[in-house]
Formats: sequence, C-alpha cells, structure tokens
Amino acid sequence: MFKQLLNRELLRYWRKRQDLMNPLVFFLITVSLFPLAVTPEGATLTLMSGGILWVCALLAAMLSLESMYRDDYLDGTLEWLIIQSGTPYQVIMAKVVSHWLTTGLPLVVISPVLGVMLFLPQMAMLALILSLLIGTMILSLIGSVGMGLTVGLRQSGVLLSMLVLPLFIPVLIFGASAVSAAAMGLDYTGQLAYLGAYLALSLAVVPYVSVAAVKVSIN
Amino acid sequence: MTWQWFHRLSSPKSYFEITDWLLKPMMLISLILISVGLYFGLYDSPKDYQQGHSVRIMYLHVPTAIASMVGYVVMAVAAAVGYIWRIKLAPMTAIAVAPVGAAMTFLALATGSLWGKPTWGTWWVWDARLTSELILLFLYLGFIALHNAFEDREVADRAAGVLAMVGVINVPIIHYSVYWWNTLHQQDTISVTGESLLPFSMKLPLMLMIFGVLIFCTALSMYRIRNEVLEREGDKGWIRERLSE
Repeated sequence: MFKQLLNRELLRYWRKRQDLMNPLVFFLITVSLFPLAVTPEGATLTLMSGGILWVCALLAAMLSLESMYRDDYLDGTLEWLIIQSGTPYQVIMAKVVSHWLTTGLPLVVISPVLGVMLFLPQMAMLALILSLLIGTMILSLIGSVGMGLTVGLRQSGVLLSMLVLPLFIPVLIFGASAVSAAAMGLDYTGQLAYLGAYLALSLAVVPYVSVAAVKVSIN
Repeated sequence: MTWQWFHRLSSPKSYFEITDWLLKPMMLISLILISVGLYFGLYDSPKDYQQGHSVRIMYLHVPTAIASMVGYVVMAVAAAVGYIWRIKLAPMTAIAVAPVGAAMTFLALATGSLWGKPTWGTWWVWDARLTSELILLFLYLGFIALHNAFEDREVADRAAGVLAMVGVINVPIIHYSVYWWNTLHQQDTISVTGESLLPFSMKLPLMLMIFGVLIFCTALSMYRIRNEVLEREGDKGWIRERLSE
C-alpha cells in the first residue's frame, strides 16, 4: 500500500517536473545574494557560509511545502485518500517521503556546489551534506504539520512560515553549528546526534499530529 | 453520574454565574498583592551588592516570565481538552489566554533586556534561555495568527489547538535551558520545593509579585473568556435575558 501511495506521489511530482526546479533555483539565487549584499571577500564568507546555506536551504524547502497538499486538497483527492484508504498515516508519510525525495534531496545534492561559491572549507563539505540530509528530512516532517493546518486557507505562505520556523529553530542551530565546527576542524558528531534525536522524535510524533492537522482542514 | 456537577461547571452559563462574583475579588487581591509587592520591591528592599538598584527589575521580570510559561501550558492543555472532549469553554480558554501570555512573554523579554544592559553590558545575547523565550513569543503569535486566519471558528479552534499542543515541547526546553547549556542567564534562585538562595527581604516582594501577576493574568483571561462566550453564544436565550436585565 505504501509503495503504491509513494509511486502515485512521485508520479504526481514527475508530471509537474518544472516546479521541481523552482526550489533549487530559489536556493541558488538567495545564496548568491549574500556575497553581493554582505561582502564578496573570501574570509568573511567562509565564516558565514554554513549559516547562509542552512537558512537558504531551509527557506527553499519550506516554500515548496505547498506542493505537498495543495493540488490534492483542491480537487478532493486528499479527502478521499484520508477517508477511503484506511491508512491515513501511510498517506501522510508517503507525502512526506516524496516531498523529501523531490525537494530536500536535490537541495542537499547541489549544496556542495553552492558551498564552493561561498568558500566553505573543503573539510566542512561532509558535515554540510550530512547535517542538511537529516535537517531536510525533519523539515519535510514538521512542514507537513504546518501545511496540513493551512492548506484550507487561500493565503498560507507567510502564516506557514510563522508556524513552521519556530519549531525548526533547534534544527537550524545544531545543523549550522555542525558545519561551522567542521570548518574549524572540530568534531561535529555531537551536533549530528542531536539532529538525529530530533529526527527520531519527529518521526514518532509527526504522523499522528499531521493526520490530525489534515483532518482539521478537510473537516 | 457523580460527575454531573463537574460537567455543569464547564457550561458557559454556569461559568458566567461563577465569574460574576469571582472576578472582582480576584482583581482586588491581585491589585493588593502587586501594589504591596511593588512597594517592597521598588522601595523597601535591600539593593544587591553587585547589581545595585537594577536588581529591582527582577520583581517584574521573574513573575512575567513565570506567567508566560504557565500561560502557554494552560493554553495547550485547554486546547487539548477542547480537541479531545469538545468542551465548549476549552477552546475559548485557549484563545483568551493567548494574548495575555504573549504580552507576558514580551514583558519578560523587555524587562530582561532592560536589566541586561546595566548588568551584562548588552541588551540581548543569543543564549539558550533568551532564545527559547523568544521562540515562545513566536509560538504565541503563530497561534493567534492561525486562529485569526480561519473564518469558521470551530475549524480555527481545532487547527490552532494542534499547533498549541505541538509547541508545548518548548516549555520544558525554556525551563531547563539554564541547566542543559552554559548560559549567561543565571540558574533558578528560588524554588518551590528546595531551599531558596534569596534573603527573606527579597523573597517576600518577589513572592507577592509572582502570586499577584499570576492572579491578575488569570482574572484577565477569565474576563476575556467571558467576552468570547458573549461573542460566540450571543444568540442564546440566557445571554439575551442577562443583557436585557
């Protein structure tokens, strides 16, 4: 059942593959604004690169949350899936996993390229990839709650960020600090462990909350 | 059926009857506690040997910070009760407490930064206690914004309720932040169970202020719940009767 649901979600994303480029382009553009606005000087950018990449990846992934529920909600598919499939948790998890596969993962893949643009030290690349890998998973999970709550509203963009970002701050703190610790040649397994713990907690709690959130919206 | 009296308590009508005589004394008590507490706190208590007079900000800072966290827990519990048992008053309580709690959070942050300037030499530091308290403010604002975004009140109650329940995870983080991390913010000086580190002359006004502010917030929230009831149940017969009296 989960495989079918996941296939359906991925097919849905594949049919609108133009939209899949948007978060990546957004990521690229916002990251390239920083050297223009702050300073193009390498030493300063090296210090800031971890944080910049994290914030921009976070915003890019968050702005794409809309695609998780919006179309399915508008044409009634979401309601039908939740009620008829008998496994609302699998429906939600299929949506979360497919969102991560189509948005979070590509962001992680291109992040080293942007890291080079921001003079991120070579030895911090692995930390960047690993921390973003876990971080984007958590964002897809937490985001599904926020999106589930706001999908019934006409204008949900700003509101969604108000709901999701506060819950995501701990992830940002540990993720960005893992990257900057690695850039200074320090051990960063502690930060990754915190991220993993947050992921485990979200995995345990989010499916229930998210189903409740979607049920509120489809009423 | 022994719980009937309890369920009757949660009906909007009996809530009105109880608060009719409860609210004015509560306001009076909180007024007395706060004014006596402020007298001792601002005037008749020793100044700190390191901080000087700026220690007096504490008498407002600690109570508002406590109220901000208690407020969130009350809001989340009320939201959960409303979500699970669909008791009418519960979601009204949640939405009535939210602005009060947000105001207390803001006051705690503002007084803290006023105190931080002379003591730490800075208005703001990004330490765990301050940051998590700031997140608490964001959570309050998100709750209010989400509730306002829906036109259907019942959907708004349920949606914002889910958010309140998720956000409650932040409250223990705020409380234990000073123990889990090395923060600039000091650890707890007073405690309910253990021994307090404050001398009596400072503890007395602080305790008066804490109870005063908590009672004031409770009474304020209860007034706001009455307004919510009036707004939502305004077409009910008993409210029409009351208003026409």
